[in-house]
Amino acid sequence: MNIIEITDLHKVYDQEAVPVWAVNGITLSFEVGEFAAIVGPSGSGKTTLLNIIGGLDDPTKGNVVIDGVTINKLGGRQRTDFRMKNIGFVFQAYNLIPVFTARENVEFIMHLQGKNKNERDKRTKELLEAVGLADRIDSRPNKLSGGQQQRVAVARALASKPKFILADEPTANLDSKSTENLLDIMEKLNRNENITFIFSTHDQRVVNKARRVITIEDGAVVSDIRK
Amino acid sequence: MISSFAWQNVWRNKIRSAVIITAVALGTFAGIFTIAFTNGMVNDRIRVIIRTELSHIQIHQPGFVDNNDFTIRMSNADSILKKIKKLPHVMAAGKRIVINSMVASAETSTGVKITGIDPADGIKVSDLNSKLINGKFLEETGKNPVVIGEKLATKLKIGLRNKVVITVQDVNKNIVAGAFRVAGIFRTDNLMFDESTIFVRNSDLVKLTGLGPGEAHEIAVLLDNNELSEKTRNTISAMFPRLDVKDWQKLSPEAGYLVSAMGQYMFIFIIIIMLALCFGIINTMLMVVLERVHELGMLMAIGMDKIKVFTMIVLETVYLSLTGGALGIALGYGASTYFARNGIDLYFWKEAYAEIGYSSIVYPVIDAFTMVYTSVMVVLMGIISALYPAYKALRLNPTQAIQTE
Ligand SMILES: Nc1ncnc2c1ncn2[C@@H]1O[C@H](COP(=O)(O)OP(=O)(O)OP(=O)(O)O)[C@@H](O)[C@H]1O
Ligand SMILES: [Mg+2]
Repeated sequence: MNIIEITDLHKVYDQEAVPVWAVNGITLSFEVGEFAAIVGPSGSGKTTLLNIIGGLDDPTKGNVVIDGVTINKLGGRQRTDFRMKNIGFVFQAYNLIPVFTARENVEFIMHLQGKNKNERDKRTKELLEAVGLADRIDSRPNKLSGGQQQRVAVARALASKPKFILADEPTANLDSKSTENLLDIMEKLNRNENITFIFSTHDQRVVNKARRVITIEDGAVVSDIRK
Repeated sequence: MISSFAWQNVWRNKIRSAVIITAVALGTFAGIFTIAFTNGMVNDRIRVIIRTELSHIQIHQPGFVDNNDFTIRMSNADSILKKIKKLPHVMAAGKRIVINSMVASAETSTGVKITGIDPADGIKVSDLNSKLINGKFLEETGKNPVVIGEKLATKLKIGLRNKVVITVQDVNKNIVAGAFRVAGIFRTDNLMFDESTIFVRNSDLVKLTGLGPGEAHEIAVLLDNNELSEKTRNTISAMFPRLDVKDWQKLSPEAGYLVSAMGQYMFIFIIIIMLALCFGIINTMLMVVLERVHELGMLMAIGMDKIKVFTMIVLETVYLSLTGGALGIALGYGASTYFARNGIDLYFWKEAYAEIGYSSIVYPVIDAFTMVYTSVMVVLMGIISALYPAYKALRLNPTQAIQTE
C-alpha cells in the first residue's frame, strides 16, 4: 500500500529574478514500512523535496498525496493538524526544547494532541527505552551528547504515532559512532514496528543501511534502487 | 500546558528576565508610591483647609464672599446657628464676624483679616487651638485677647502678652481702634494664613464696632464626614434659601481643583510609565523570538498551530510584566503603608512647602482605586507589548526557521 504519492512535483524559487528549479518534475511513491534514503549532491533539492512532502513548503506545481489526502491543498490550520497527526520530523540540528527534559520533549506533542497522562507516561517511557535512553529520561538536552539528543528527537518524532518519519540529514552533526548507533535504532524500529523512515543523507554508511536509495540531481530523480 | 511551557520559557535567560522584571517592578513601584505620596499631600492640605481654615460649610449673606463688605451681614445668626446645630452629621458650628482691618504694633502695621469667634464654638469648629506654639487660645474672660500667627508676630516684631492696636470701621462708618493683647501664637503649615488671619472674641468685636449681638458675617459648620459636605450644603441651602451656602470645594476652588487635577495627572503619569516599560518589554521579547527562531520553526513543523504559538509568546510577555508588576505593586503598597504610619519628613524643604501651604511631613495615602487601576494597567501593558513580538513569531516560516545557520 502506498502511503505517499508524489506526482510531477515542481518547485521554483525566485520566479521573477533568476528562477531556480529546486524540484523539477519528481514523481515518486513510498510504501508503508520503507527505509528509504534520498541522496544527491549539495543543492540537488533533497531538503526542498522533504519539506514539500512534510507540508512545510508548497510546490509550484504537482501534488503530494498522503494516505489519500493532498497535503499541499490543505489550509494552514488543517495542515498543521495533519502534520501533527501523520508526520514525524527529525531535524539535522535535533531542535530539542532546551528547558524540557528528555521526557518532556517527547511528551510535548502528545500534550498538543490532548492525550491523557497515563497514555503519555507509558508511551514516553516505551519510546525512550526503544532509543536506549531509559536512564536519561529526566536529563535536559544540554546534559546529553549530540547522538543522545538526536535519539530523543527520534523518540519525539514517534510520539504522535505518525504514519511515517521524515529526517533531513539526521546524522550530519553526529560522529561515526553516534551515527551508527542512531541508524541501528532507526533500523530496528523499522524492522520491528514497521515504521516508515524517509531520510536524506550525504553519508555513505547511512546510504549502505538503506533498503531503497533514491538519487536526485538538479531536482530530478536520476536513480531509484531497491535492495 | 502552553501556560506552564511559557512560564518555563520566561526563566531561560534568567538575567535578562530579571532585568526586565526589575524594570517593571521599579516603574510600577514608582507609580504607586508617587500617587500615594501625592494623595497624602493633597489629603493633608485638604484636611488643613477644612479643619483649620474653612470648615466644611460656610454660610453668608449673598455678596459677602466676593467683597468681604462689612455691611453685608446676617442679623439673626444665633437662630440660624441653633437650627444648624440640630442637623445630622454636624459636629460643630459657630458664628464669626469677619472684618478686613489694620493691626499695628509699636514697630509697624499691616492689613489682616480679623475674625471674631465665640471661644466655645470656635474651639470645636477649627483645630486652630492645637496649632498654638505659645500662649493660650481665646478664653471667655480677660481683656481683649487676640491670637495671631507666628509669621505675623515676626512681622510685627511682637511676642506673647504684647499689645497691638486693631483699627476697624464701626457700624456708623467711623474709624475706631481697640487695644488687644496677644494671648496666643499659632503656626499652621500655611504661611499665608499665619500672616493674614487673626482671631479675637466675638464679644470684643461687637463692643468695638457697635454691631448687634446676633449679627455675624459668617457661620462655619463642621461635619463628621467630608463626603457629606455637598449633601448637607444642599440641606442647609433649602432651609435658608436667601442665604449663600457654600461647601469647602466652592469656598476654596484651589482645593477642589487639587483633588480632580491630581487624579488626572496621576492617571497620565501611570500611562507614561507603562508606555516606557512597554518599549523595554517589546525589545526583550523581540530578542526572545529572534533567539528561538529555530525552536519556533520546529514547534510549528511538529504541529503546534499558530494560535498556540501566538498564545505562548503573549503569555511569556504577560508573565514577565505581571511578575514585575506584582513585585512593584507589593513594594509600592508596602512602602506606602509603612510611611503612612511613620510619615516622610521633608524637613529640608519645610520653608518652601509652608510657603505654598503644605506640611513638610507627608503621610502617603494608598487607596483601592490606585491599586486596581495600576494592576489593570500592568496587565494591559503586558498584553499590548506582547502583540508585536507574538505577531513576529507568527510570521515565521517553518522551513526557514528550521534551516540551520
Ligand atoms: N528559500 C530558498 N530561496 C531560494 N532558493 C532556495 C531556497 N531554498 C533552497 N533554494 C535553492 O534550491 C536548490 C535546492 O536546495 P536544497 O536545500 O533543497 O538542496 P539540498 O539537496 O538539500 O542541499 P544540501 O545537501 O546542501 O542540503 C538550491 O539551489 C538552493 O539554492
Ligand atoms: Mg539540505
